[in-house]
Formats: sequence, structure tokens, C-alpha cells
Amino acid sequence: MKVTIDGISVEVPDGTSILNAARIIGGDVVPPAMCYYSKLAGSGGKCRTCLVKVSKGSEKDPRPMPKLVASCRTNVMDGMEVQNLTSPEVIEARKGVVEMLLINHPLDCPVCDQAGECHLQDLGFEHGAVKTRYEFDRRTFNKIDIGDKIQLHMTRCILCYRCVYTADQITDHRIHGILNRGDHSEISTYIQAAVDNDFSGNVIDVCPVGALTDKTFRFKNRVWFTKPVDAHRDCDHEKCNGKVTLWYKGEDVIRVTARKDVYGEVEEFICNTCRFDKKKTADWVIEGPRKISHHSVISSNHYETLKPLPVVKTNPVLQEANKTQFERETRL
Amino acid sequence: MGRKLLLEHINVPGINTFDVYRSKGGYASVEKALKKLTPDEVVEEVKKSGLRGRGGAGFPTGMKWGFLAKPEGVARYLVCNADESEPGTFKDRYLMTHIPHLLIEGMIVGSYALGAAVSYIYVRGEMMPQIRILEKAIAEAKVAGFLGKNILGTGYSLELYVQPGGGAYICGEETALLESLEGKRGNPRIKPPFPAIAGLYGCPTVVNNVESIAAVVPIINDGGEEYAKIGIGRSTGTKLISAGGNLVKPGVYEIDLGLPVEEFLYSDEYCGGIANGKRLKAVVAGGSSVPILPANLFMKTINGDARLMSYESLSDGGFVSGSMMGSGGFIAFDEDQCIVRNTWNFARFYHHESCGQCSPCREGTGWMEKVLHRLENGHGSMSDMDLLVDVSKKIEGNTICPLGDAAAWPVASAIRHFRDEFEWHVSHASEAVTRNYGLAHYADPLPKPEPKPEATA
Repeated sequence: MKVTIDGISVEVPDGTSILNAARIIGGDVVPPAMCYYSKLAGSGGKCRTCLVKVSKGSEKDPRPMPKLVASCRTNVMDGMEVQNLTSPEVIEARKGVVEMLLINHPLDCPVCDQAGECHLQDLGFEHGAVKTRYEFDRRTFNKIDIGDKIQLHMTRCILCYRCVYTADQITDHRIHGILNRGDHSEISTYIQAAVDNDFSGNVIDVCPVGALTDKTFRFKNRVWFTKPVDAHRDCDHEKCNGKVTLWYKGEDVIRVTARKDVYGEVEEFICNTCRFDKKKTADWVIEGPRKISHHSVISSNHYETLKPLPVVKTNPVLQEANKTQFERETRL
Repeated sequence: MGRKLLLEHINVPGINTFDVYRSKGGYASVEKALKKLTPDEVVEEVKKSGLRGRGGAGFPTGMKWGFLAKPEGVARYLVCNADESEPGTFKDRYLMTHIPHLLIEGMIVGSYALGAAVSYIYVRGEMMPQIRILEKAIAEAKVAGFLGKNILGTGYSLELYVQPGGGAYICGEETALLESLEGKRGNPRIKPPFPAIAGLYGCPTVVNNVESIAAVVPIINDGGEEYAKIGIGRSTGTKLISAGGNLVKPGVYEIDLGLPVEEFLYSDEYCGGIANGKRLKAVVAGGSSVPILPANLFMKTINGDARLMSYESLSDGGFVSGSMMGSGGFIAFDEDQCIVRNTWNFARFYHHESCGQCSPCREGTGWMEKVLHRLENGHGSMSDMDLLVDVSKKIEGNTICPLGDAAAWPVASAIRHFRDEFEWHVSHASEAVTRNYGLAHYADPLPKPEPKPEATA
């Protein structure tokens, strides 16, 4: 199947979604996704940030689709042409969606543990407006402890349903879900039942915002001051293979998470023992520093220096313009 | 006066019982369909009739039935959408209360046409009396041999169940209805796949409105071509209109599609004019979610033609100067009504009923409601109108299900046509909380050369 996204063609197998086809191309043509999670079946379609315009349905039926479609839940057809960044309509709609997502979000990034690895923060930075037009009280909820390791701060939630799918598909039973409807709807458990399950900690990793946080890490540190290191251990849980990222602050492991890829999706889900109980270097076999995209503030740990683009090196004008960067690189 | 097809025997005492209904020629279509026609012939008759879905979207019913996937060995379902919750629409409740057997007769014929062995009527949870009425009617039909195993000795078996809904407007959206029927939270599904491919329990399913299913009965009795003779253009047959608001005679009326709106509104046979001798200010023609129109644009289209009660004529002018047939919830507003308050009321409804699944609708409906509440109470600003239009544009078309559109259209159209009334609420804030704006120019004849009513704003 051949699909063209923003003028770039790619061959993908049948049944690939537009979003995944864009991820094969990579780079800027990939629509942002807040609710879609490739490891969770049935996720996606809710946040509407990945809306794209299908300007040509397929080779057989070249009519454009009448409305913008959610790229995460729309499969490609042969010869389909998709506009993402090249369509003003999409940019406008996406800006609207970002605004909608932010109107009830507390914007408490300075005290939020997710800051630095928050998808909503990235999304707002890339696609949002500087000022809000919303002049009313934001909805607020009380914080809820779900179990002794996880805290739910519902005020920050964007209702992506990822944690609901995680509990359905990764753990053996789900005891939390969506209550109420509309903008009153909330993630909750009945009578605050503890989410107590070998894999419950994964809801923290899948949460795109700071609604579900690790109580063993809350307020310990900002993520960009910590150093991510890949490590593994011989986990005796049958479904967990013990491949994690350790987050060091000095000598101490202050947090353990699953390994997240460039789209913030975990590579493999990990069990709660690995996540919450093994916080000594001696528990782990260190593999090496975790590669972090230089777009992320976490990369301010300088594992990889910001290298000037190749085009700069051959152009004296650009070399002059990027002088400080060049000097810093040589100094390092 | 046209011939009544659905409400012909509505005033016969005891028509809600099987015996009286049968004596008035009821269940003739079941006998005809099951004994004389093949399922495909029934579908063909419905296609010929040109019947369009009466639930709101107006999609041709026969075509919908034709799209149903028919894989071997997989059950098929017919589901009747009786989750009538649109503000202003009450025709299905009327039909189910008074002639429940008409719906059941239609369900049997429809199920036979689609090859469904089990069918459901999903009734809005608040309509408990109607649920009991339907269950009694089903029991009667079963005793008489029109339901159950081997109906009338033809070998066709059908089980019909009534399912009370969870009490949410969103469950009237067909995929949310199916989710709710399966016992889950009533969130709309992401389409595709459409219910005709994978609906209830993953099986091919057709979801039809009560009135659409009831209309199958006269179509089979008289033949599709005969039915298509009633009405105008692609709007064939008769339609139940639930007329409400400031009318002399509000109620449910069966009209031939193509009836001039003036006749419907002012003749004694139908609504009988505006109550208390007042003048008409605005009309919501098809239930709360369709665009609202000022009196002048409602009576005449932008080209000066008299408007008719038909799918095409009501939507003449598109979203700029037209409206929609919708589900037939006709609401008339007289000169004393406040459009800002009404718009706020609609927005409040959609805010309350948004399922909260996709972000533009979840957040945007609440936002519009708050801004409108502020405007209505005299705390608005002139920029609020543009804000509302912009927010409604951001919602419209960007959501999973049509509830987002339904929430956006009334707000956008109210501001388009009644902008000066909104502005008056800002400029005369203290006055606006004590009295209403009144009729203003909304019933003035449309200007001929430059036919734009908001040009005066």
C-alpha cells in the first residue's frame, strides 16, 4: 500500500493506520497523539490532536474525506494522500484541540512531577497559543490515593483512557474507570479501592500528563536533573522481562520506569517489583546511558551534545551565525 | 388534508390492545411480507418508497438496509432506537404510548427483511410507562402467534426484547446505543467500522428510529411506489412533527412532507397559529440541534420561495440561511422569548449530555455554556460572540459522533441570525436581565436585492 503524507510517499502493509505510516516516515509529518498508544489495542480516537486531512481517499475512490479524520484510527488505503502540516485546516483544528485540552488543565507545571516528560506540555509548546481565552474557574478534584504507590491527581487528567486500557489489557483485572460524563467525568475507583496488581504501576507510564504519579518519586526531583540509564535484572515475574530505565540523582536510583521510545510509548511493560521495590544499583545490571531525543529537556544532561546541522559546516555565513555553538562543541 | 398513515386509528378506543388493533387491519403487513414476499422484496419495497430515516439524519432507510453485511453463520440484528431525548421531539413517545403494536408490526417486518432472529427496542430509561406498554404489546403479539417461533406457520422465528436505556441523550447515537445495549458505558464508537458491518456484539446491525420502522407498515401494505407518491421530491411519505413552544395547539401531527410551513403553523388543522395572538419570532424546525431560524427566514427561503416542510426545503440555504428537518421537533418562539436565554438553555443541555470521550466536545460544550450564561446574565462582552462562533467551529466536525455538531449548530446559528440581540445583551446589560429584546426586525420581509438579515446588525 502506498500512502503519501505531506508529499512524502511510503509503502506500508495493509491495515496500517495513517499515524503509524507517518511514524514510519518520521520527523515532522508525524501527527501528535495524546490518547493513542500503540501497545494498547482499541486506544486512540479520543483526544483529536492527530486529526489529518485526507485529500485523496484512495486510488480507486479519489474523493477526499468530508471531515478531518483521526489518523490513529483511520487505516490507509492504496494511493491515499494525506495532509498534515501542509493543511491550514488541520493546523487550525489542532490548535483548537490543544486549546480545549488546556482549558481545564491546571497548568501547574512548576510543581508537577510530569514536567519535562509531559506530552501535553510538548503539545502546548508546539501547537498551542500563548494566551488562553478561557476566563472561568477550571474544574478541580481532590487528589486520590489509589493504592500505596500511585496517586491520582484528577485535575490534571485529559481523559485519554490509556490507563483504563492498560488495566484491561496488562493487569488481570480493572477496578478503576471513568465515572460521570462530559467535563465532570473522572478517572476513579469505586470507594477508592486500591489498585493493587502486579502491573498496576504501568498506568503511571502510559499517562500522558501528571494525573497518575509515582508516590515513591513525587516531589523528589525534576526529571531533567536526573540521569536516565538503561538497565535490566532477572525478574522472576513471568510477564516481566526486567528491562527498565533507571533515573539516577547522584548515586541514588530515585525512580524506575519502563523504557520509553521517541513517542513516549513504553517498549515493554514492567512489573511493580521492578518499578517500586528495586531501587539500589546492586539490583540491576547497567547497560549504559539511555538515549533521549534532543528535543526533550531531559537531554539537558548532555549525554549527547547538540551538534550543528551538517549544512552549517559547509556554509561560512551559517558558521558565523552559530559561532557560540561551535565553540561550545569544541570545548566539550 | 393528506391521508394519515401512522396515526390513522390513533383515536380508536383501545387501539393499544392487540384485538382492536388487529380489527383495524393491523398486522396485515406481517401476513403479506412473511407469506407473499421474500426478505429481499421487502427491502426492495422500502427502497422504492424512498423512506428517509426519521431520527434526524434523513439517511434513506432502504439503502441502510441494503448496506447490511450478510456473512454466513453470523447473527444479524435490527435495533429500534427509541431513545428519543432531543429537546423538542416527542413523537416516538406518542406513537409508543398510543399504538405500540404499530412499532411491533414494523419490527417484525423489518427483522424479517434483514433476517434477524433477535431484535431489540432500546427505549429511553425515563420512559418507563412506554416500556411497560411495549412489553404488554409484545406479550399480546406472542400469544397471537406474531412473535416467537414459527410465526404464522411460515418458519420464520423472531424474539423481540425491550431494553430500558441508561438515561443519557448520547445513547441515542447509534453506536453509543449499541455499546449501552451490550451493557457498557454509552460511549460512541469510532467509525468505521459502521454498525452495518460490525454492530451489536460485533455482528451486522441496523439501527432505525421508531418512526422509520413504523413507516414500514404502510409501505408494505400499500406498496413502496404508492408511498412514494406522497410527499415532494426526495422527501416521500408522511412525517410526525412534534410541535411545541408558543403555539395555540401544540402536539404531534402527521403531515405529508411538502406541506407549506405557513399552513402547518397557522391553519386550524395543525398548530393553529401563535398563542395569545402574538407574533412569531423564531423557529427551531427539527429539534434542538438544528440551526435556529428567525421568522422571516423560516417562512421564506433566501430566494423568496415559500418554505415547505420537507428535508430539502428546510435545508435550503445550507447553514447560512437554512435549517434541517432533523427529528421533527418543531419549536416556535413568540416575540416575548429571549434567544440568548434559549441558546444558553440548549448549550446547557449539550454540556450536560456530552459523554466526555473526545476533547473538543467535552471541553467546548462547557465553555460555550459558561460564556452564554455570562451573556444572558449581563456580564458578557462584545468579543464573546466571536469567541462563541470560533469555539463552535472548533467543535464542529472534529468529534467522534454528531453530538459535537449538534452542540455547535444552535449556538453558531443563533449568533448568525440574532447577533444584534446578543449585542444588546452586552450593551444594555442591566436592561437585559429585566426585559427581553422583543421581536425587532426578525419577522420583517426579507430584503430583495441583498437578502441578508444580519446586514442590519
